[in-house]
Amino acid sequence: MSSPVLQVRGLKVTFSTPLGPLVAVRGVDLDVSAGEMTAVVGESGSGKSVSFLAAMGLLPKTATVEGSVILDGHQLVGASPKLMRSVRGRLISMIFQDPLSALNPVHRIGAQITEMLRAHQTMGERAARTRAVELLEIVGIPQPGDRAMQYPHEFSGGMRQRVVIAMAIANSPKLLIADEPTTALDVTVQAQILEVIQKVQAQFGTAVVLITHDLGVVARVCERVNVMYAGRLVERSGIHEIFDAPTHPYTRGLLASLPQTGIERLVPIAGFPPNMLRPPSGCAFRTRCADAIAECEHGVPELHTVGAAQSACIRAAELMRPR
Amino acid sequence: MTQPDIKTPVGVPAGGGSLLSVRGLVKQFQTKAARGKGGRKRVVQAVSDVSFDVAPGETLGLVGESGSGKTTVGRCVLRLIEPTSGQVLFEGVDLAKLSFEELRVVRRRMQIVFQDPYASLDPKMTVGASIAEPLVVQGVGGDHKEKVVSLLELVGLSADHARRFPHEFSGGQRQRIGVARALALDPALIVLDEPVSALDVSIQAGVVNLFNDLQSRLGMSYVFIAHDLSVVRHTADRVAVMYLGKIMEIGDAETVYEHPTHPYTKALLSAVPLPNPRVERSRNRIMLEGDVPSPVNPPSGCRFRTRCWKATDLCAMQEPVLEVRAHGQLSACHHPEG
Repeated sequence: MSSPVLQVRGLKVTFSTPLGPLVAVRGVDLDVSAGEMTAVVGESGSGKSVSFLAAMGLLPKTATVEGSVILDGHQLVGASPKLMRSVRGRLISMIFQDPLSALNPVHRIGAQITEMLRAHQTMGERAARTRAVELLEIVGIPQPGDRAMQYPHEFSGGMRQRVVIAMAIANSPKLLIADEPTTALDVTVQAQILEVIQKVQAQFGTAVVLITHDLGVVARVCERVNVMYAGRLVERSGIHEIFDAPTHPYTRGLLASLPQTGIERLVPIAGFPPNMLRPPSGCAFRTRCADAIAECEHGVPELHTVGAAQSACIRAAELMRPR
Repeated sequence: MTQPDIKTPVGVPAGGGSLLSVRGLVKQFQTKAARGKGGRKRVVQAVSDVSFDVAPGETLGLVGESGSGKTTVGRCVLRLIEPTSGQVLFEGVDLAKLSFEELRVVRRRMQIVFQDPYASLDPKMTVGASIAEPLVVQGVGGDHKEKVVSLLELVGLSADHARRFPHEFSGGQRQRIGVARALALDPALIVLDEPVSALDVSIQAGVVNLFNDLQSRLGMSYVFIAHDLSVVRHTADRVAVMYLGKIMEIGDAETVYEHPTHPYTKALLSAVPLPNPRVERSRNRIMLEGDVPSPVNPPSGCRFRTRCWKATDLCAMQEPVLEVRAHGQLSACHHPEG
């Protein structure tokens, strides 16, 4: 296996709130290999977005980030603003659910991509403009030369997301973080954007972290899957293993709650996600878990190898055995 | 526009009378005039000549992408917005002809549940008061407290929740409160407008089960509006696929999902990601190009033709009408599949 492009160790993110400290990410270890498409799945409040906003240095001042995030040899936790500026956009880029939040409404699309190119590369204005049009073509925008002269409001939602992808890959970063990139889009447009992301990954060798709640999207495009619950990774596995033989009760619960052909009755997960101001002791999932035993209350379970996967359930091996 | 035929139910299984009949429904919205020189008012064709029926006790799924008009249809059915033309017959009564007072009586029998349970509950009212409000508004006598408790229990909550406020509940519980309120007047029809879209999947499953359980216990009909085709397949008896204000295909849900005849239905189904990596990576996907055109200026003829791989000159000239296909569903296409 090639050395990881991103290595996260013991990542912890604490927000200070009027109600006391809220630990949104409670110790995450995660590797992303060069060129691979990795999913980070979890429900609202699981800490999946916050983990990567922390890695990008994009959290507000109320957040304290601890642990280690190494990107291509650079330690990003506690890095100077200068280093972060040089890393963001050059080695690591991030796209979001709402592309408008990343686009300046009063500048032409072409100029915004040009600015991105010239921030990190020694490039003349004209060469950058030519490259910007090429990038728009790569992400599948028809008549890229004309479209480069237009403003964000003249683009549809799907086209805006393509523009943002063009900006994100302008400097051929090693890693692209895509945070729910298709959640706001219609399914037929979602299919197009997923194809663009796959194309970019193949063409530029960019590693992609896809943050999503949609297991169907994961099944379509990802190779590895990380499942988060209450600020921790509870399972890490290959794409086929996680759907065929999930090792954590939470992963099993997620899959059972999905409507699928031939399933008469859905099986929801009991209860609701924990209040992160006061998460349960021990395994945070135990309060909703049908398989919880007394030991689950004691000590936060660590990821350990179970078959081909890594699981943070102390009963994983036992529960996996055919009964 | 063709004169809607009132007598023939659309896509309803033979023998079943309709609870709800929608005939030739049209809804246009006027946009505000653009400021400056040459600013003109424009007309958005949100719903154009839509007809369907809902039988007692059945669920009709209404699916489509943004701009398809599915939500507008739902609102017109309840006359929350006034249709531009067409008829909405509920239990045989044309809602458009009713006075406000008469409409209020009919509305006891038809309710709606919205996507965002936060926005539809008054944050300053206790949950009990919110659930009892329809009873008060409609002047229903009797012990409201007792009724509220039974409604809470019906949706999987407990009696002591009545004294609490909406902010004390999770998203899934709030949606259950919205359902309890919709049930207060024993409706015959509930329009569910994206009722689980805002919920996490593990919570969504419980609310979907609740809808199914309530229907088998109480026998009401649902119009289930959703963009999530998997959820609709799980819930609906019949499904109508909408595109740019028109029904493209309508029929038995299993039939439409298994044997789609409209190219749009086929493309839409093939775009839905399924949580099965082997299926996902082996199936042929139809990639539609571009986005949904503007409903201000829809394409001539068939509205889907600008994105359709089968489109011919005929599609631009003549608008296809809904026709019966081999498996019994109706679709509006000059070049239907299979």
